[in-house]
Amino acid sequence: MALITDLGIAGLREGLGKGDFSAREVALAFNGAVAAAKGLNAFLVETPELALAAADRAEAARKSGTSLPLSGIPLGIKDLFATNGVRTTAGSRILGDFVPPYESTVSAKLFAAGAGMLGKLNMDEFAMGSSNETSAFGNVLSPWRRSDGGNAPLTPGGSSGGSAAAVAAGIVPGATGTDTGGSIRQPAAFTGICGIKPTYGRCSRWGIVAFASSLDQAGPMARSVRDCAILLEAMCGYDAKDSTSLDQPVPAWEAGLSSDLKGKRVGVPREYRIDGVPAEVDLLWQRGADWLRDAGAEVVEILLPHTKYALPTYYIIAPAEASSNLARYDGVRYGVRVPAEGGLAEMYSATRAAGFGAEVKRRIMIGTYVLSAGFYDAYFTKAQKVRALIVQDFARAFEACDMIATPTAPSAAFAIGDKANDPIAMYLNDVFAVPASLAGLPAMSVPGGLDAQGLPLGLQIIGRALDEQGVLNAGLAIEERAGFTARPGAWW
Amino acid sequence: MSVDAAQVRHIAKLARIAMRGGEIDALVPELNNILGWIEQLGEVDTSGIEPLAAVIPAKARLREDVVTDGDCRDAVLANAPAAEHGFFAVPRVVE
Repeated sequence: MALITDLGIAGLREGLGKGDFSAREVALAFNGAVAAAKGLNAFLVETPELALAAADRAEAARKSGTSLPLSGIPLGIKDLFATNGVRTTAGSRILGDFVPPYESTVSAKLFAAGAGMLGKLNMDEFAMGSSNETSAFGNVLSPWRRSDGGNAPLTPGGSSGGSAAAVAAGIVPGATGTDTGGSIRQPAAFTGICGIKPTYGRCSRWGIVAFASSLDQAGPMARSVRDCAILLEAMCGYDAKDSTSLDQPVPAWEAGLSSDLKGKRVGVPREYRIDGVPAEVDLLWQRGADWLRDAGAEVVEILLPHTKYALPTYYIIAPAEASSNLARYDGVRYGVRVPAEGGLAEMYSATRAAGFGAEVKRRIMIGTYVLSAGFYDAYFTKAQKVRALIVQDFARAFEACDMIATPTAPSAAFAIGDKANDPIAMYLNDVFAVPASLAGLPAMSVPGGLDAQGLPLGLQIIGRALDEQGVLNAGLAIEERAGFTARPGAWW
Repeated sequence: MSVDAAQVRHIAKLARIAMRGGEIDALVPELNNILGWIEQLGEVDTSGIEPLAAVIPAKARLREDVVTDGDCRDAVLANAPAAEHGFFAVPRVVE
C-alpha cells in the first residue's frame, strides 16, 4: 500500500472510507512529515494538536455516520488567513505576535467541512512577491532541484510559496493559497502542482489580510485537478461579511468533472508569445494545445490586444490599493509598536519603518504616489481605464472560444537571489497570470511536464466568469494526457 | 514623470514611513525605474473609456440594520501594543 503521505485528498477520502487507515493515522503521518521538513521553511506555525483534534472528530463522525466532505483531511493554511487563536503574520514583522480572535470565512468553511489544520504556511510579506524572498521569516525553499547535480536552492514561487512547497513535498495533501496577480498559479507551476483562482467574489475575502481588495481571491493548491475541485467546493460561497462576495450557488464541481471537451473551443492568444521566453515553454504550450485537441476541443487563435499593458496596469492598481489597505498598520490596535520622540505621527512612522520590509515599502510608496494629489488621474484613473480595455479584450475573446490556454509562467523556477535586486524582472514573472486577475476571471495552473533541467512547467487555463467547471475540465484533460508523475526527491 | 529626493521624502511622509537620507537616495532610482516602466500606459488610447468600477457586475447590497457583533472589548484589545482602562493607548496628542 502507498504511504499515507503519498495520497492526495481524493485518495485519503477513499482510504478513510474503506477503513484502510484511520483519520488519526492520517494526522500523525502528516504531522510527522511537517515536523521532518524544517529545511523547506514552509511552515511559520505548526499545529499538530489541531490536526489531531480534527482527526478525533472525524473518527467520531465516521462511527456515527455523520462524516463531512473533508472529514479526516488535514490541510496547510497560508498565513494570510486569520486563524482563531493561532498566530497570523501575513509574513510580516509588523503584525508581531498577532493572534486573531476570529476565523477567516474560507478557513472556517474548510474546518466546518471536517478539515483539520497542520499549521500556517510561509509566504511573501503581505503576499507581495513572486519568489517568497520578501517573507520576514526567511525564504521558503522549493523541494525541487535542478537535475544538473548542482544544489542551488530554488524558489517555490510566490506569494503562496509555503503552500506550493508543502504540497509538492507531500507534507500536506492540500493547502489554501491566495492570488492577487498570480500568487496561486505561478508557485503551482514552479512546483509541479495544481492551483485554481476562482472568479473574483467566489471566495469570501473576510478574514484574509487585505493586499489589493479588487484583485485578492483565495483558492486551493493540491496535487490533482480533482483535489482542487473538492477543496474549492468547500471554500466558496456567499458571505454577507464581504460586500464583493458573489451571491451565487456553488456548483458541484467535483461531480461535474469531465475531460471530454467535444464542442468546446479553446483560444490561444497570439499576444502571449513574447520575446525571451524559453523554447521549452513554447513547446509545452503547443503540446498543451494538442492535448486539448485530443480531448475533443477545437483550438483557435484569439487576440487579447492589451496584454502587454496588463503588468504596468497591475503595478499601479495593486500598490494603490495596498497603500490604502496597509494604512491600518499603525502600532495602535495590533502588531508591534516602535516608540519615537515626538508624538503620534512619529510613532506611526517609526513603527511602519521598522515593521515593513523593502518590497512592501516600495509598493506603499508607489501606491501613495499614484494616488496623491495631481497624479491620481494620470496614473490611477488611466490604469482603471486600461483595465476596462483588458476586461473588454477577454469579453471579445470569449465570443470566439470557451476557454483560453496559455503557459502559466515565462520560465521554470529560478534560483533564490537571481531576481531579488531587480523588481521589474521579478514582476515580469506574472506576465501571463496578471491579465486574468485584472479581469476577475477563473484561472488554473496544471503541471505539463519538466524542462531540460528537470524542473516543472505549468499550463494555465483561463475561463469565463463563473465557469470554474470549464477551467477544471480543461485542466483535467491536460492532466490525463500530460502524465505528470515526477516528484522531487526528499533531501530536506 | 519622475521623482527627485524631495518628492520621495514627501511621499514617505504621506505614507507615514520614517526614512533616512540613504534610504531616500536609494529609492529615487528604484521608483523612477518603475514609474518609467508603467508610463507605457500612455501609449494606450483610452478616450471615451470609463474607468473600471467592478470586474463582476454586482449591485451594492444593504444588510438588515441589526447588531451582529459586539460586546467583545477584551478580544478587541487583546492584540493592542498598549491598552489602558478599556481603551487603546497612544502617545499624548493634546497637551
